[in-house]
Amino acid sequence: MKFNEHWLRTLVDIGLDTAQLGELLTMAGLEVEQCDAVAPPFSKVVVAHVLSVDRHPDADKLRLCMVDTGGAVPLPIVCGAPNVAPGMKVPCALVGAELPGGLSIKTARVRGVESSGMLCSARELGLSDDHAGLLALPDDAPVGTDIRDHLDLDDHVLLLKLTPNRADCLSVAGIAREVAALTGAALRLPAIAEPPAANERTREIVLDAPAACPRFCGRIIAGVRADAPIPGWMRQRIERAGLRCINAVVDITNYVMLELGQPMHAYDDTKLSGAMHARYARGGESLTLLNGETLMLDGEALVIADDARVLGLAGIMGGEGSGVQDATTDIFLEAAFFAPDVIAGKARGLGFSSDASHRFERGVDFGNTRNAMARATELLLAICGGSAGPVVDAISAADMPQRAPVRLRSARAAHVLGIDVGSAEIARIFSALGFNFELAQDDFIVTAPSFRFDIQIEEDLIEEIVRVHGYDKVPAPPPRGPLTMLPLGEARRTPWQVRRRLAACDYQEVVNFSFVEAGWEHDFCGNDAPIVLANPIASQMGVMRSSLIGGLVANLATNLKRQIERVRVFEVGRCFAHDAQAAAGHHAVEGFAQPLRIAALAAGPASPEQWGAATRNVDFYDLKADLEGLLAPRAARFEAATHPALHPGRCAAVMVGSKRVGVAGELHPRWTQKYELDASPVLFEVDLDAALEVGLPDYVEPSRFPAVVRDIALVVAGNLPVQTLLDGLRKAAPGIVRGLEVFDVYQGKGIEPDRKSLAIRVVMQDTQRTLADDEVEAARSRLIRFAEQEYSARLRT
Amino acid sequence: MENLDQIVARAQAEFLAAADAAQLEQAKARYLGKSGCISELFKALGKLSAEDKKSAGAPINQAKQTVEAALEARREALKAAQLEAQLAAEALDVTLPGRGNPQGGLHPVTRTLERIEALFRSIGFDVADGPEIETDWHNFTALNTPEKHPARSMHDTFYIENAPEVLLRTHTSPVQIRYMQAHVERHRGAAVMPPIRIIAPGRVYRVDSDATHSPMFHQVEGLWVGEGVSFADLKGVVADFLRSFFETDELSVRFRPSFFPFTEPSAEIDVGFISGALKGRWLEIAGCGMVHPNVLRHGGVDPERYTGFAFGFGPDRLAMLRYGVNDLRLFFEGDLRFLSQFR
Repeated sequence: MKFNEHWLRTLVDIGLDTAQLGELLTMAGLEVEQCDAVAPPFSKVVVAHVLSVDRHPDADKLRLCMVDTGGAVPLPIVCGAPNVAPGMKVPCALVGAELPGGLSIKTARVRGVESSGMLCSARELGLSDDHAGLLALPDDAPVGTDIRDHLDLDDHVLLLKLTPNRADCLSVAGIAREVAALTGAALRLPAIAEPPAANERTREIVLDAPAACPRFCGRIIAGVRADAPIPGWMRQRIERAGLRCINAVVDITNYVMLELGQPMHAYDDTKLSGAMHARYARGGESLTLLNGETLMLDGEALVIADDARVLGLAGIMGGEGSGVQDATTDIFLEAAFFAPDVIAGKARGLGFSSDASHRFERGVDFGNTRNAMARATELLLAICGGSAGPVVDAISAADMPQRAPVRLRSARAAHVLGIDVGSAEIARIFSALGFNFELAQDDFIVTAPSFRFDIQIEEDLIEEIVRVHGYDKVPAPPPRGPLTMLPLGEARRTPWQVRRRLAACDYQEVVNFSFVEAGWEHDFCGNDAPIVLANPIASQMGVMRSSLIGGLVANLATNLKRQIERVRVFEVGRCFAHDAQAAAGHHAVEGFAQPLRIAALAAGPASPEQWGAATRNVDFYDLKADLEGLLAPRAARFEAATHPALHPGRCAAVMVGSKRVGVAGELHPRWTQKYELDASPVLFEVDLDAALEVGLPDYVEPSRFPAVVRDIALVVAGNLPVQTLLDGLRKAAPGIVRGLEVFDVYQGKGIEPDRKSLAIRVVMQDTQRTLADDEVEAARSRLIRFAEQEYSARLRT
Repeated sequence: MENLDQIVARAQAEFLAAADAAQLEQAKARYLGKSGCISELFKALGKLSAEDKKSAGAPINQAKQTVEAALEARREALKAAQLEAQLAAEALDVTLPGRGNPQGGLHPVTRTLERIEALFRSIGFDVADGPEIETDWHNFTALNTPEKHPARSMHDTFYIENAPEVLLRTHTSPVQIRYMQAHVERHRGAAVMPPIRIIAPGRVYRVDSDATHSPMFHQVEGLWVGEGVSFADLKGVVADFLRSFFETDELSVRFRPSFFPFTEPSAEIDVGFISGALKGRWLEIAGCGMVHPNVLRHGGVDPERYTGFAFGFGPDRLAMLRYGVNDLRLFFEGDLRFLSQFR
């Protein structure tokens, strides 16, 4: 809601300056989003009358004017504006004037001719960007008057960001009413008298859909001049409210809407036939709106129609072909009430908003319909002439909004607010707001006025009490509550601990969008049926990600472009997939799986280039160690696997226990090339839960007897997975074998090309005694024999 | 013939002149060796009577001890010089950079969320979570925002294709409903429902994109429902949080009437810094209010018996204010030059 301050001040008499007024409104919930001065500061500019215009003796483009500024004698002023003409009224900056931009006006000689002032354009006064010529003032502008007074330039335009519940403040009168309630100042709304009918012409009004339109007032005004000029004050108020002036009739209906909050519509009566109807559209009807858009109407659309055709969308926008033009002489004026829930969402559904729909969907004062009609009539007759017919007031009383009494318990208000404002203060506030109430012991039985649509339950009244009393008067004590400890599960890490572990491994956390381009889902997930957004913000954000990988690859590409070659990033976030098995639950939505995952990507040198250490690129095993560290103390197992994003020979399924929790590997070279990456990054993605679940420490008493270490080197087939060999050996090992680890892998000279040598460290220990040599030897032999038999291994000597 | 004093003086001088251990040993031999001059003096004593031996031997012994002390001192000095030389040779350039890998870091917004969680945990708020693909009912209807409600136009919503009742949550408030329902179920039959005190941080989505709006951003929902929870409590918690979060008392907190369908009364929270770069401006930082009775009912909570408040902070905005970041988009671009500064 945009309006000018001076208009408001004519309706309510307050002793507050502009800043205080803004603060008052904001702190009452009518947030002042913007407050702009109508004009920048300047001084000593007056209305002047150009008496004569002569050519400047020494300059073709300059004129020498004699100007009456209201002083004793006319002043000579040199002017270069193309539109300067004798007889016109213009603003004139006198000698000593200070103009916007720091210009000071002095007596000067312009090309040898004395000039005692400056005639001004709108831009020179900071009023607009118009610099085509002098700002022409109306002929009746009083000479010598300060232009700031004449044009009311010490005014401000306020823009209120109104919340949807405060439809009552979508008018200057409504805001004035609110200011009066907040300050106790006197409210001076215009006295409106219903003009008597001067002719008998009427048009029948039919309420075909009384629940949607329970009241429709109309009257004909004949013989108007739609092209009559409107008064300057009205034009100023309309324009300062951000509306354009069209013609006198339209301007007056707009003015009444701004003043009283009642949207109105004027039809060219000669283009109407038969009765006026407020009804739902019938199948096959269409309408071209004033904005030029043609709509096919369905049975949901409430329309205004005459007996022949649809004229407009009720409460939203009028149609083409029946509106008032400059040449219109007879008008039919409409002031109606439409049920908010019938109008709500309609304009938004059509992709626009109108001043009328904005008001009707929030609620227009249904007690003010006739008053608005009278006000518009009064203004129309005064400005456009003509004679008014009687008002036809179609009303379906049973369908009019009801104001059910709401009970307020004083004790409840104190309980909810944490402060007892007292019954006297509550009564004062309700009275100031225009609420009718009765007292029933400590309770108030309140009936809201017709302009308030937001008083339905006790809490609404409690809000009104605290709002007017002042939110700032409510104390802010430290809260009280039972001191119970929060659960602190030791067997589970927090996501923060998981993040910090990865950060300690030199990964930087990123937050990527949850919506991605469909191509990523195909490339990195093999997912051709992703969750599609019906209204994405851009096509490359069209589907919900089912994996974090695409985002990390994009992060790599972004940073490579910025000349960062060593990139290590991770993200914790949700992934999304259709899942017919997913049932609705406290944490779930039916049909959609939304697991939290953690993924990391590393590319470029394993360590930053540094002295004393050779540079090498990060590889699968670096990443694997980071992932093992993340999942530790739980031991993850890695099994060769395939994944659409990953190199088929460098891809592992990550297993914790028997559960597959994710994948790790090197990006498929195909994607490395397609996404223009220098080298293939390595990455993993696992369920966040796998990194959170750590279990409690499981303790085994250390042995007090010495351990014996034996290293054996086995030559095995080059493609035998180490895990397979270790699994077998561990199974076959006698109880004294406590540890079996591979500590070297060798391929090359002395080993057949298709085989590899694995150096395995065997640690043996007993908890009860020192091991004997023959026992150790027997265990070693058993392991070797097992490897020879099961894996065709050969002992390397 | 040289007297004893002269011998001692000469030995001391020669020891001092010895440049290394070998020369020192040679010098030692000349005085204390088998045929060294002091040894010779002792040998000469053999010819004297026991009485004379005693009187002549004492000064020689004295001289020998002095020479030995001089020898030992010189040995120590040479050893010390050698160690010093070795240490000098071993000196490192301590200004060369250390080796190894640096550390990564958390995202500025998650880092902010971590602090918010810690602050609220410290007064007994647990952390709750909810789905991001959400039902229309949880996101709007249960939050007292029926279809067509003008407040729906305050949230430009992403919808899921072919699933008209499913959307990307526009706020974290649906977690209120989910948590209340689960809580009520858990404590069914209890004489008094234990209070609900949670925050619910997470990602939310709106169809909006410019320097101050991102189609995906974060919110932290807060909810406290119990017997006797009041609007004053809400003010107390929020003011305490903001001063703790910004670690300053040079902060004004202003509650301003506003409207949300799911709270009544409702407020916007503005902060004003009394010092620093943002001094003198009111900055909108959260929405809050007393939970609307309809919302409590949807959560299964009796609004006559229990009251509560809810709030929703924008942690992206809090992070921007805290770290002086001017463009929201920087948070979501994955630019390591930006992100790596938050360590």
